[in-house]
Amino acid sequence: MIYWDYAAAAPPYDEVARTVEQLMRLHYANPSSLHRAGAEAAALIERAREVSAAALGVLPGEIRFTSGATESNNLAIKGAALQYTGRGRHIITTEIEHPSVYESCLQLQQMGWEVTFIRPDANGTVNPSEVAGAVRRDTVLVSVMHVNNEIGSVQPLAEISRAVKSANPRTLFHVDGVQGFGKLPGDPRDFGADLYSLSPHKIRGPRGSGLLYVKEGVQLFPLLSGGSHEGGLRAGTENLPAIVAGAKAVRMASEWRGEFVSRILPLRNRLLAFLREIPEFIVNSSEKGAPHIVHFSYPGMKGEVMARQLEQLGMLVSTRSACSSRLAEPSRVLLAIGRDESAALGGIRISFGDEHTAGDVAALEQALLGAIKALKIAEGGMR
Amino acid sequence: MKPIEPARLAGTSIEYADMLLLRFGEFTLKGKNRTRFEKTMLRHVREIVKPYSRARLLKEYGRIYVELNGEPAQELLEALVKVFGISSISPVKAVRPALEEIVEASLRFIEMLNPEPGTTFKVNARRVWKDFPYGSQEMNRLVSAPLLKAFQALSVDVRTPELELRVEVREQQAYIFCESIPAVGGFPLGTNGKAMLLLSGGIDSPVAAWSSMRRGLEVECVHFFSYPYTSREARQKVVDLARVLSRYAGKIRLHLVPFTEVQTSFAGIGQDNLMVTLMRRAMLRIATALAEREGALALITGESLGQVASQTLPSMNVIGRATELPLLRPLVMMDKAEIVDLAKQIGTYDLSILPYEDCCTLFLPKSPTTNPNLQIVEKIEATLPGYADRLAEAAAAVITVEVTPHGDERPADEADLIATVNEEWF
Repeated sequence: MIYWDYAAAAPPYDEVARTVEQLMRLHYANPSSLHRAGAEAAALIERAREVSAAALGVLPGEIRFTSGATESNNLAIKGAALQYTGRGRHIITTEIEHPSVYESCLQLQQMGWEVTFIRPDANGTVNPSEVAGAVRRDTVLVSVMHVNNEIGSVQPLAEISRAVKSANPRTLFHVDGVQGFGKLPGDPRDFGADLYSLSPHKIRGPRGSGLLYVKEGVQLFPLLSGGSHEGGLRAGTENLPAIVAGAKAVRMASEWRGEFVSRILPLRNRLLAFLREIPEFIVNSSEKGAPHIVHFSYPGMKGEVMARQLEQLGMLVSTRSACSSRLAEPSRVLLAIGRDESAALGGIRISFGDEHTAGDVAALEQALLGAIKALKIAEGGMR
Repeated sequence: MKPIEPARLAGTSIEYADMLLLRFGEFTLKGKNRTRFEKTMLRHVREIVKPYSRARLLKEYGRIYVELNGEPAQELLEALVKVFGISSISPVKAVRPALEEIVEASLRFIEMLNPEPGTTFKVNARRVWKDFPYGSQEMNRLVSAPLLKAFQALSVDVRTPELELRVEVREQQAYIFCESIPAVGGFPLGTNGKAMLLLSGGIDSPVAAWSSMRRGLEVECVHFFSYPYTSREARQKVVDLARVLSRYAGKIRLHLVPFTEVQTSFAGIGQDNLMVTLMRRAMLRIATALAEREGALALITGESLGQVASQTLPSMNVIGRATELPLLRPLVMMDKAEIVDLAKQIGTYDLSILPYEDCCTLFLPKSPTTNPNLQIVEKIEATLPGYADRLAEAAAAVITVEVTPHGDERPADEADLIATVNEEWF
């Protein structure tokens, strides 16, 4: 079996798993306890904050630990909205955001907020001047993802940020950096982000830990009440093993990004070229997209059927994003970039990790050809 | 010290600016020393502007121009309004010295400010370059006519306008500006000498520190802590407060004094109601020793008359006699609400209200006296065994931390805790 679903969950590095195990055994004390063991646990969290901050090029005080990217995105969007109701009740996002951003915005809409959803072009890219054009005096927040989790399209974040800030300097800019970090250059400061979400388990860290960069001076309304953990922003006993191991994964991803890209980009390009040769497929990812995601459709064939056929042939792939793959509806992202319903139902996502080789890609190509053949025979038989 | 809001303007012209004009505060009244003040301020401004590599400084008589060259105006403005000695900042648009360009830029300015109907207005033009074809008076008319035509909201008032558009025509460029954003004013950093401030974790003393810095004092801070009765968080909170102050000073030296021994020595004397008085006097003595060592010429406290028992006039009298140095109390006549307001503006309030025990709330007597007797207090101190040695020991055991705005300094004795961190885990 070859695993092609790194964008959904990447297998943790051995070092990461070791850190989790050792910390669970050695540092079980509650970081809020006043005794020495508690102080040691607290020191580890502060070190994790420094390490993550250094990898992101920000200040340690600007890092908040959460339970994952979903919480980071919820906290960034709803936390900013509830904090700054005085500035207005308007939010801008795109039609291709991850559900944790998209649904947060829909929730605010139910609460009486106005939400403008920007539509991307056919490549899945958002036009900065279109975003800026939607900014009003009462726009509290603009939220745009770095890399789309289904098709891998990349947003021009620095341009969007500049355009938004010149339209309204008080509007906050949130970036969902989950699929971009460790794969593409740029950190929160380069993007002019006020808020930036990360998830270590997408970069071979542990799950159950997330990061939110909150630019100095930006206030958020806490979504979880309780103790004064994480500067009062997120109550709850800290998940120490996940926080420390998460910081390790963040550091490793930032250090190895260059190597990752130079190894994986040729593999992705080879797969893209191969897919374009097959008349049955529509390729939904663009060459200019992220180096680790390839998405294609087999119109008329449900993505799930294709995925199960590929599994028979030893390839574990995803239909669009894992978070939505159990839904029967067509992909919101594919519809937004102008695909018809048939193509939007039949999507397959291949996502690369740093362990893949040219041999793996060759095996995948053979499996794809085999799957098409098998499905054709089955289709013929059913008719 | 509340910034004055510009009247009835909805927008701001800051994003349109090519440069920022910094005006100096009251020290411009100084005679011979003026150059020294200006140099200090220029150094401070240069420090702030340093991270913005494209920005250029231009020094002129009585003002500094910051040419932005594409650097973010809003960010620089927010940093520069905190520079002591600057009284106000204007976002300036620079255009070629030609009438049509001046008018066009002026239109854009007013458009961005989006004045509400009925805003009173005038143009104030100055022709510095005498070869420019129109005189100052003439320019007033030539610029204001198209503005009044374009914006129905404006009506002319030449004496006390809410909105004054200023035009300066120079040979190289014409400068146009109309907003004057209030800055902190005061004296440039450290131009009035150095003082030692008693920094608690409370609301008042950081405000006293800021007020002192604003008057041109270089401030070093002393904090007294009581391990193991108070937490590391309580002490780190003070380091973090010093960090906020360092944004205004560039760097703050913070002296952390272990106070437990001194404090517990007062416990057995059976004079609970004098405890606070004795404690405060001990703090002043230790701070005086440190001030002498560091070359500081005064002590500063955050005391405000009547706030607590130790801040009644009789208390302040008895406590203040523990030092021969001038004792400065910048907040002495301020209301609590005013102090809180200032704490919020300078950014220390949220830290100050974090609820950790500190050495002042520890062993607090039920009824501290508001009217201590100096002779009794002196007698108690004279009979405490080894009292002077204990004060000297505390002063000698001081841990000094140099705190910077973006650093992550920790007191040296926390190194052992950090040492338990296994770097392999990261």
